[in-house]
Amino acid sequence: MLELSHGAEWLNQWLLSWCAPWAAVTIECVLIGVLLLLSYSVLALFYIYFERKVCAAFQCRLGPNRVGPWGVLQSVADMFKILIKELISLNHIDKFLFALAPYLVILASMLCFSMLPWGSGIQIIDFNIGIFFLLAVSSIGVLGILLAGWSSNNKFTLIGALRSGAQMVSYELSMGLSVITMVAFAGTMSISEMCQLQSDGMWFIFSGHIPAIIAFVIFIIAGTAETNRGPFDLPEAESELTAGYHTEYSGIHFGFFYLAEYLNLFIVSGVAALLFFGGWAPLHIPGWDAFNGVMDWIPSTIWFIGKAIVLSFIIIWFKWTFPRLRIDQLLTLEWKYLLPINLVNLVLMVLVVCYGLHF
Amino acid sequence: MVSLIFGIQNSTLAVVGALTGVALVALALVLAGLISPRSFNPQKGEAYECGIPTRGESMAQFHVGYYLYAILFLMFDVETVFLYPWAVNMKALGTDGLLCIAVFFGILVLGLVYAWRKGALEWK
Repeated sequence: MLELSHGAEWLNQWLLSWCAPWAAVTIECVLIGVLLLLSYSVLALFYIYFERKVCAAFQCRLGPNRVGPWGVLQSVADMFKILIKELISLNHIDKFLFALAPYLVILASMLCFSMLPWGSGIQIIDFNIGIFFLLAVSSIGVLGILLAGWSSNNKFTLIGALRSGAQMVSYELSMGLSVITMVAFAGTMSISEMCQLQSDGMWFIFSGHIPAIIAFVIFIIAGTAETNRGPFDLPEAESELTAGYHTEYSGIHFGFFYLAEYLNLFIVSGVAALLFFGGWAPLHIPGWDAFNGVMDWIPSTIWFIGKAIVLSFIIIWFKWTFPRLRIDQLLTLEWKYLLPINLVNLVLMVLVVCYGLHF
Repeated sequence: MVSLIFGIQNSTLAVVGALTGVALVALALVLAGLISPRSFNPQKGEAYECGIPTRGESMAQFHVGYYLYAILFLMFDVETVFLYPWAVNMKALGTDGLLCIAVFFGILVLGLVYAWRKGALEWK
């Protein structure tokens, strides 16, 4: 199978053959930046289309079907439409913070995006504290949302931003604790090592016993809340707050929040795939050699993206299954149910690891 | 710490990622500034609320409950950060590490119990 790392190696050699090392590094950095930018936008466009089609299917509608075959170009058309909308300059806002907020939101999701394990040997940033860095960076996004709501000087945006802040910081705890549970099981925080550990087909959700399954359920609930989706979309409850924290943003300024929201959905599903479903590791069933061979033949990148899309589908499914929560119900769910369950689950995982009860 | 691709330092790549994010926003804004229309109307600068002019201050005081949850979050988040290094080295640290972290963990749980009994987790 063609390995991307071989291509990268070849490119590196070729660049070094005709230019100075610092120039080669600069060119490679620019190349990585362009690649990130392209994959980020293409994935966001795909996700917007995917969500609209899935929502349509849940409501027995057709969804977008006019622009391009099966409406696949709908989100491209929408992107152009959003680019040619006027950027309205308001006279009551805090201009600096208002302009800063989309930068923070996009920066957070772009950094998380570049941490993901795209395939065997295809990972851009690979710290040894990978998953910890990812969690740390993802919380910059909350700052952007709070700034957006506060600087807009509008009552709806203020309420939306505060709800969002309270929700995102609360659910970050659950997310962090379920990640700790898996870190304790894996014994490493490096994203590439985690994938390597699962690459024999024993994904953590299979080998981790009951605590891994509980951690997965908590992670997916917390992830839905972190991305302000599904039953936890009260920061942008359209029936109460027009559009929540980004009410005052127009044109492409609004587009950034929209883009980041969909990418965050992908990132959360990607991290869930990494922690519980083996990242890029193919599915193996012990003893079924022919089956395993076929599974190995599928490229690792397709495995990763496929798992992330399946998990995103589940998160989108939540939205059409559960009614929206109230703020007090939301905080009760986190602080009185998920957090204690998570603490107990961590102890359970420690017991499982210490007594070697895992598979 | 060297990345898998090109053997570039990871910290450099983190800066590249951050700059890419900034570049995405900046480029799109420049593009939108070039091709989007402009028209002036004093009504456009108003707050998007209910159609009538806003009454009172919008950057106003808000519910104290949000502060309370923020403080609780700070407490728990800082404590969970301390759990990470132990979680990585759990097998190597063995029983000693387990006992030490159990004390720490006990204090964390006590904090939650205290907040719960004080009614800090109720939304009033």
